Amino acid sequence: MKILKQIAQCLETGDDAAVPPLVSQALAEGLVPKTILDEGLIAGMNTVGERFRIHEIFLPDVLMAARAMYAGMDILKPLLIRSGISSRGRVVIGSVQGDLHDIGKNLVGIMLKGAGFEVIDLGNDVGAEKFVAAAKDHGALAIGMSALLTTTMPVMKEVVDRLKAEKLSDRIKTIIGGAPVSKGYADEIGADAYGYDCAQAVAGVKKLAEAVG
Amino acid sequence: MIDFPLARLQPLPAAVYAALGLKSGGSPSPRSAALLQRALELFRENSEPRGICEPVAAGEFAGIYAGRGQNAPDTPLTGIFQRAASLHLFAFTLGARISHAIGLLFEHDDFALGAVLDAVASVGADNAGRIAAEWAERQVAAENSAAADRAFLYSPGYCGWHISGQEKLFASLRPERIGISLNTSFLMNPLKSISGVLVTGTAAIHRFSTVYPFCDQCKSPACRERATARPA
Ligand code: B1M
Repeated sequence: MKILKQIAQCLETGDDAAVPPLVSQALAEGLVPKTILDEGLIAGMNTVGERFRIHEIFLPDVLMAARAMYAGMDILKPLLIRSGISSRGRVVIGSVQGDLHDIGKNLVGIMLKGAGFEVIDLGNDVGAEKFVAAAKDHGALAIGMSALLTTTMPVMKEVVDRLKAEKLSDRIKTIIGGAPVSKGYADEIGADAYGYDCAQAVAGVKKLAEAVG
Repeated sequence: MIDFPLARLQPLPAAVYAALGLKSGGSPSPRSAALLQRALELFRENSEPRGICEPVAAGEFAGIYAGRGQNAPDTPLTGIFQRAASLHLFAFTLGARISHAIGLLFEHDDFALGAVLDAVASVGADNAGRIAAEWAERQVAAENSAAADRAFLYSPGYCGWHISGQEKLFASLRPERIGISLNTSFLMNPLKSISGVLVTGTAAIHRFSTVYPFCDQCKSPACRERATARPA
C-alpha cells in the first residue's frame, strides 16, 4: 500500500508533522489501525532501528523518528484499545533505587514503545519491592532496570531474587543495563537478559517476549 | 575563586557528537546539526555553573582518599598524589535547572533535543574539570615561574578510587555550600556535577601503565590521556 510506505518513509526522516495526517488518511481509506501500526509505523521504526544498529544514522535521528511514531500512535492508540488489540506485551522499566539519572532508561523506553511494547515507566529511585509489585499489577512480561553507578546495582539482584522467591521468574523476566552493568554481571545475578544499548534492549525484550509466549 | 565562563564550558560540536555515539569520521544529518545549535542555546540559558576548590595537604588527603576502605588494592593515584606539587579538593555543578530543562523536553516528547541537550550538559560539566586544572597549573606557576606542571582531576568512581570516597571528600570540602548534595548511593544532586582532587605536578607523575584490573572495564578516554601525558 502506497500510504503505508509513505508513513514508514516519513517516520524514517523523523517528519512528525507529516505522520498524523497520513495516518488519518490511511484510516479514511479504510485501513484497519493494526495494519497501519504494523506496516506503517512499526515497519518504519524497524528500518530506523536497523540503520542505527549498523551506524548509518545516529541517536538524534532515531529519536526524531520516535517522536514521529508517537505522533501517529496518538491517533491509533484509542482505536486499537477500542478494538481490543493489545500491544506486544508490557514492560515495567525504571532506574534502580539510589539512582537519579534517567536518560539511558528513557531512551530504552522510547525504543521499546517504538517496537510496539507497552511501557510502564516507574521513573527514578525505584526499589525492588516497587518493581515487582508494578510488574504483577500490570501483568508485565518483563522488568527492565537501569543503573548508573556500581553502588546501586545490587537492587537489580534484589529484584531477581524477589521474583524467584515469589515463584514469578517464569512469568516475569528481567533485563538490565546501564554504564557499569555488563553481561557478566547479568549472568552472575541471574538476570534473564542484558542490553549494552537501547537497540540491544529491544532485541533482548523481543526474545524474552517469545520465551514467555 | 575559579571563574567558569559559559563560553569555555560550552562543548565543541565534535565532543557532543562523540558523546552521542557518532563514530569518528561520521557526519551528522543537517537536522541533528540544527538540534545541536538549539541545545547549545538552551545550555547557555539554563546553566548555573558553580565550583569550589580548596587546597589540601597530602597527609590529610591520604585520609580522604582511604575513604571507607573500599578502593582497589592497588591504584595509580596512590603513587601520584604523594609526588604532587599541590593538591586541591574540587567540586562543580551546572545546577539543577539544566536537568529540569532536559526532563521537560522528554516529557513533551522532544526526545532528540532532550538527548542532545543532555550530552551537551554532560560534556559541559566535564569541561569544568579541565578549566579547574588549568587554574591549578596557574597557581603553581605563579609561585614558581620555572615550573611547567600539569594538573589533572582524579575523581571518586574512577581508576580504583571507590565511589564511596565521595563521602569523605564531601565531609572535607562541603560542596553543599554551592548546592551539591550527596545521596546514600554517593550520587550528586544536581546530576550534572563533578568532584575530585586536582593533582598538580610534573607531567611524569601522572603517567601510569593502564594495567590495573579495573582498566579493562574503564571506558574513559581521559585516563588514557593521563597515562600518556608527556614529560614537561
Ligand atoms: C532495561 O535494560 C536496559 C538496557 C540497556 C540500558 C539500560 C537498561 N539502561 C541503560 N542502558 C543502555 O542503553 C542506553 C542508551 O544506549 C545507555 O544508557 P546510559 O545511561 O549508559 O547512556 C546515556 C544515554 C549516555 N551516557 C551517560 O550519560 C554516561 C556516560 C559517562 C561517560 C558519564 C558521564 C557523561 C557523566 N558523568 Co559519570 N559518566 C559515566 C559514563 C561512562 C560511560 N562511558 O558510560 C560514569 C557513569 N560516571 C561515573 C562517575 C564515577 C561519575 N560521573 C559523574 C559525572 C558525570 C558527568 C556530569 C560529567 C556526566 C553526566 C552524567 C549523567 N548521567 O548525567 C560523577 C557523578 C555525577 C553525579 N551526579 O553524582 C562521578 C561520580 C565522577 C565524579 N566524582 O565527579 C562512572 C560510574 C562508575 C561507578 N563506579 O559507579 C562511569 C561509569 C564512568 C567510568 N568510571 O567509567 C546504555 O547504558
